[in-house]
Amino acid sequence: MRTVILGIGNTILSDEGVGVHAAEALRAAYDLPEGVDVIDGGTAGMELLDPLAGVDLLVVLDAVKAKRAPGTVILLTGKEVPVFFRSKLSPHQVSICDVLASLEFAGDPPKDLVLIGCEPLSLELGTELTPTVAEKVPEMVAAAVGQLAARGIVLEPVGRASARQQRSLSA
Amino acid sequence: MGQRITIDPITRIEGHLRIDCEVDGGKVKKAWSSGQMWRGVELILLGRDPRDAWAITQRICGVCTTVHAITSVRAVENALQLEVPLNAQYIRNLIILAHAVHDHIVHFYHLSALDWVDVVSALKADPDATSRLAESLSSWQGNGKYEMRAVKERLKGFVDGGQLGIFTNGYWGHPAMKLPPEVNLLAVAHYLQALDVQRKANKIVSILGSKTPHIQNVAVGGVSNAIATDSYSTLGVERLLAIKGYIDELADFVKNVYLIDVAAVGAFYADWTKYGAGVTNYLAVPDIPLDTKGTKFALPGGYIANKDLASFKPIKTFNDEFWVKGVEEATKHSWYEGSKALHPYKGETKPQYTDFKDDGKYSWLKSPTFYGKPAQVGPLSRVLCMLAAGHEPTKKYATAALDTVSALAKTKVGLDAMHSTIGRHAARAVSCAVQVDMLADQWQLLVNNIGKGDVTTFNAPVFPKGEIQGQGYHEAPRGALSHWVVIDNGKIKNYQCVVPSTWNACPRNEKDEPGPYEASIADNPIADPERPLEVLRTVHSFDPCIACAIHVTDTENGSAITVKAK
Repeated sequence: MRTVILGIGNTILSDEGVGVHAAEALRAAYDLPEGVDVIDGGTAGMELLDPLAGVDLLVVLDAVKAKRAPGTVILLTGKEVPVFFRSKLSPHQVSICDVLASLEFAGDPPKDLVLIGCEPLSLELGTELTPTVAEKVPEMVAAAVGQLAARGIVLEPVGRASARQQRSLSA
Repeated sequence: MGQRITIDPITRIEGHLRIDCEVDGGKVKKAWSSGQMWRGVELILLGRDPRDAWAITQRICGVCTTVHAITSVRAVENALQLEVPLNAQYIRNLIILAHAVHDHIVHFYHLSALDWVDVVSALKADPDATSRLAESLSSWQGNGKYEMRAVKERLKGFVDGGQLGIFTNGYWGHPAMKLPPEVNLLAVAHYLQALDVQRKANKIVSILGSKTPHIQNVAVGGVSNAIATDSYSTLGVERLLAIKGYIDELADFVKNVYLIDVAAVGAFYADWTKYGAGVTNYLAVPDIPLDTKGTKFALPGGYIANKDLASFKPIKTFNDEFWVKGVEEATKHSWYEGSKALHPYKGETKPQYTDFKDDGKYSWLKSPTFYGKPAQVGPLSRVLCMLAAGHEPTKKYATAALDTVSALAKTKVGLDAMHSTIGRHAARAVSCAVQVDMLADQWQLLVNNIGKGDVTTFNAPVFPKGEIQGQGYHEAPRGALSHWVVIDNGKIKNYQCVVPSTWNACPRNEKDEPGPYEASIADNPIADPERPLEVLRTVHSFDPCIACAIHVTDTENGSAITVKAK
């Protein structure tokens, strides 16, 4: 079982990069078990073919324009995801859509797909998120962790697993 | 009254591109290329530590991240006149070349082949005849009849399942599609094989760059790879051997599949050697430095004026004045104040938006010139400059490609055919073959140098008080890329990126001369104005790293048709 949590977005266009910020926040907060990878996809396209080939579960974190209030977190699963990308609501739909199409054609698509998106407030140049969107990053991370848990993959907060190991060693 | 076609972008990856054409009598009469997004990355960089610039600039573009990282450190090193250890040059060279090979394979098979290949037509192919044709051209092991039968079955299942729609860029059944069903099936088979092969190039970048996308191993002064032959946690024998294995697999595919497929497509689309030449001043920078100072290069570069190879003037070193003094950027037709061309060190970025004015300002891109002339950059410029410089490997592969085209087209096709839309594809394949061999050479140089006991990969930069300036260039997959930096007391004071897409997609310059895209689209035939595939063929032959949606507006009845395209 291989799981990829993919953050995509342009980190020099403020809220555009929220997917990457959320992926990094998840990586910092949780110990990743064997078989779970976090990838900072940036705005890459075909470079992602290799890391995404044959994964069992792909969780995409991204900025999405769904005409909701800025900071609204949305969740889509399974077949809704490619349809969503095709209807051009995500700023990155072209490259990620092409990657998914190529994987599909090659017979290697992700078996299960989840998209966790956040409506951006600003797409201006800048390396920081706006406060409206920044405060939603924990919600995106929690949603991703919840989606994994629903599929039997439990992520432990950083430190907890090693603390338990310490205890069992000293016992 | 002709029709006006507008090709407008939908991504913000590298900046939007919009193409407008006036079409009359089945031909493009006039074209405008317009960058639709202000890419003011310099604003983010002002006041920052120059050692951090590479990490930020590699976020400019999603398709070519490594190239900005490499160019940025070269610019800062140039300002400091800092030497780069040999191992670091070789490791960077391996990353540069693996990235280029990856980019070229993916561009041809996955991003542009569908401009020429009709996937649906492949369903009519005889797989056994496809195999016979393929085996007559190449010794590649993936051309057997069972392979072709399996690909046809898979394609049939895909089309029958209604999944073809996931390709956002299909022009199935367009009248400009000319390949026989068997060649279409062969292209589909190689499309799938290329998906697998391109991963090997990516693996080389990830092993050396520690991370892909967005490599993490470059630094001003070298690379951060630790080398030790007896350790598993550093760049040691095991990793080096893995890289060599990937290089060999890439070389097999590039020489026995890619180079031949491009020649075959070229032979069937021989009419496209007449279209798309555009600006025939060719600029390429040298790359793959072989010493610590950047005075010797494996890949020559320079400038060719008006398609005359005899006029070739080389760019020789990272400090070459011929290069440094030749570059200017004009803003007469760009949404910036002023109209006078300025050198990048003096570059200004003061926006002055006017709306789209056909005869005035119409683009966020500036208009770069080389000694006052527009210049084309990219694989065609690279290959022509290498030929003009007498580069033997380039001669070998260019001759091989043209011989294959001549044999298939049953007529002699010479070098002159390269100044065209299809010629840019051929040049990209020739360049890829040269670069995949160079990849093996650089690997050997690295191994030999480590074998001598040299494990140095980094020279620490020291920033002086006061103002210094430097430029770094890199022959990226899409052509000459340069960063220009002014540093004051160790902080960035000015930063300008002159990217390949700016050279090629620029608006008219100070003298109203059109840029390469604009010039190359003029005279292209248009069979069906509602589906202007021909314009896309020419624009895509430059490998723009953007996706477009086409809105065709019929001026007579005002109807708008949207055709998505990549």
